[in-house]
Amino acid sequence: MSGNGVRLLKNLKEIPREERFVSGHRLCAGCSIGPVMRMLTKVVGRDTIIVNATGCLEVSSTPYPYTSWMNPWVHIAFENTGAVASGVESAIKVLKRKGLLKKDVRVVAVGGDGGTVDIGLQSLSGMLERMHNVMYVLYDNEAYMNTGIQRSGATPLHARTTTTPAGSVWRGEWRPKKDVIGIVEAHRLPYIATASPAYPLDMVNKFIKGLEYSKEGPTFIHVLIPCTPGWGYDPSLSITLARLAVETGVWVLYEIDHGKFRVTLKLKKRKPVIEYLKHQSRFRHLTGDEIREIQQLVDSEVERINRMVGEEVIGPVVEG
Amino acid sequence: MVSKAASAGLKEKKLRPLSANTAIAHAVMDLDVDVIAAYPITPQTTVVEKLAEFIANGHLDAEMIHAESEHSAISATLGASLTGARAFTATASQGLALMHEILHIVSSLRAPVVMSVAMRALSAPISIWNDHSDLMNARDTGWIIFFVSTAQEAYDTIIQAYRVAEDERVLLPVMVAYDGFLMSHTMEPVVTEDREEVLGYAPKRAYPYKLDPSRPVTIGTLAGPEWYYEFKYQQVEAMEKAIDVIREADEEYARRFGRGYGVVECYMCDGSETLILATSSYASTLKTVIPKAHKSGYKVGLINLRLYRPFPSEYIESIVEDKDSVMVIDRAISFGAPYAGPIAAELASLLQSRGLDVNLISVVAGIGQRKMLEEDFMNLVKFAWENRRRRVPDTLFYGVRK
Repeated sequence: MSGNGVRLLKNLKEIPREERFVSGHRLCAGCSIGPVMRMLTKVVGRDTIIVNATGCLEVSSTPYPYTSWMNPWVHIAFENTGAVASGVESAIKVLKRKGLLKKDVRVVAVGGDGGTVDIGLQSLSGMLERMHNVMYVLYDNEAYMNTGIQRSGATPLHARTTTTPAGSVWRGEWRPKKDVIGIVEAHRLPYIATASPAYPLDMVNKFIKGLEYSKEGPTFIHVLIPCTPGWGYDPSLSITLARLAVETGVWVLYEIDHGKFRVTLKLKKRKPVIEYLKHQSRFRHLTGDEIREIQQLVDSEVERINRMVGEEVIGPVVEG
Repeated sequence: MVSKAASAGLKEKKLRPLSANTAIAHAVMDLDVDVIAAYPITPQTTVVEKLAEFIANGHLDAEMIHAESEHSAISATLGASLTGARAFTATASQGLALMHEILHIVSSLRAPVVMSVAMRALSAPISIWNDHSDLMNARDTGWIIFFVSTAQEAYDTIIQAYRVAEDERVLLPVMVAYDGFLMSHTMEPVVTEDREEVLGYAPKRAYPYKLDPSRPVTIGTLAGPEWYYEFKYQQVEAMEKAIDVIREADEEYARRFGRGYGVVECYMCDGSETLILATSSYASTLKTVIPKAHKSGYKVGLINLRLYRPFPSEYIESIVEDKDSVMVIDRAISFGAPYAGPIAAELASLLQSRGLDVNLISVVAGIGQRKMLEEDFMNLVKFAWENRRRRVPDTLFYGVRK
């Protein structure tokens, strides 16, 4: 990963040992939000205020009178994380200017897919457009998991949820996943990236860059988070599934650094999507045609990325 | 016109022609507010326009967040307040309704936010004109609520509001409400004070549990059935304590600046057998009508309700206990309720709870700014007088075409 003056980690041993997202939270066994927040808080350090949208992470990590957060942390509501972060950041700016705050305090906003791509999209856009110095981390488990697995705009094609069941008429979600990166990119941010908990070094370096670049303007990191009850798989497989999403090209790891697109994990060859789908009960109802349809969707996205980069950064599907 | 002598005396005091909106902007400037987040809505807009002008010309050092909605405006204001900044927002009507969800959270998190509300009717049909539907909709959100009846009072009350909100005995947000157009866009002579003196009266006291890396706190947690109720009861207690702090703040303001208002104003109550309770500009208008009414033999006084939440029950009780009746003029409708006027219903509960045998008359008027002239107020005065000992079970919808 190119540094551009930002000090990046060379290996995982360099991640700070200090724990800032501590144990005792009530996330599901095997939930991958926990490890992602643990890594995030380690690298953003103590002088960072965290603004959290309503969702799995928020309810699981702060059951009064307990908290998992060693950082100053605030949750207001579901759809306004961008706005709250804007207020926090503006307060820091003016208090520093007036000499009432000495420290260099940073702001990180964290929201799930519902709180970001659906109900929170307007306030996110406001925060991005006004150029607040905030890093926004989207943890995307591809449905409203906290309320019981209802579809969101981030739910992928054919996935079964409680509001898009697989029945004799409906066959799960019939619309493809919303391209939130495309929407975010239209705001011309200094830094945008996708990440996966299966590639922690790639992920934490993106958090480091995102926080550093947030001095220029807002940055956005989109992390795919496998969800044990929502996706329906064995809790031991969270990281495996996160890795399979990348290995099949369903989830491409890239960054957009000042408009320059770069795939951060190139693949010589891809596994077929069935390798990723077959572990998840949300895709268990799929027919061969439906699986081929998902494969074609992934193929065309990979092709788009390769064309944009100008070389085959993500290789062809190779069976076995 | 101000007389020559008076204008000489007021010269140092900076007498300016201001609307309630621009008076509020001056107060916000004089309070050295740090963060302003707002979204345009008629008739609030000139508050924020004036503040933008102050910032643009270096008269106020504040961050202005040009929010993309009122929901985001109040959310950003809250975020700034919780980070230790003095924060302000302003709205009206649909904007206040859009904020509704967050209004509850601001008060529950005990953030000392101050907001001005240029009261306006709610859609549909869309109406940009005045009534109190917006404020009544926000009545139970846990905010301290003031009605103000002049531009001067608007200026003074915004200053008092920060002192009260930031007081550690209170820690509640404050709404300062006034009539859209009738006050928001009407010029009055207003005295503004020096910033140092304003800040001497209302020194900045940041949120005591602010988001601070040297003392990390978790704000906005989940609370189960074993905890939630106590959080709510603490708000009940904070409201109860607030009334003394509000009175104290007003008395101190009067000592320093020579203007005080009390929690309710009683106008020509002594010697009156019956009273009219009114708010905001209607109270001001009634002050011109009532002396004339007395001359015609209608012994009707005025209760200008300034503090609405917490409700000044004891003060109202002591004012009304020896009167025949009280007529409440509401400018909002509680559809299908026993009394259609929300404040009338509250007076009914007050009279009942104190065991007072005072006749109550509920009037709704001025909905969507239906014209109310001096003669209309005189009609209401006569109605109050003639029915002072007669039971009037239903709300009178004054001025409507049926």
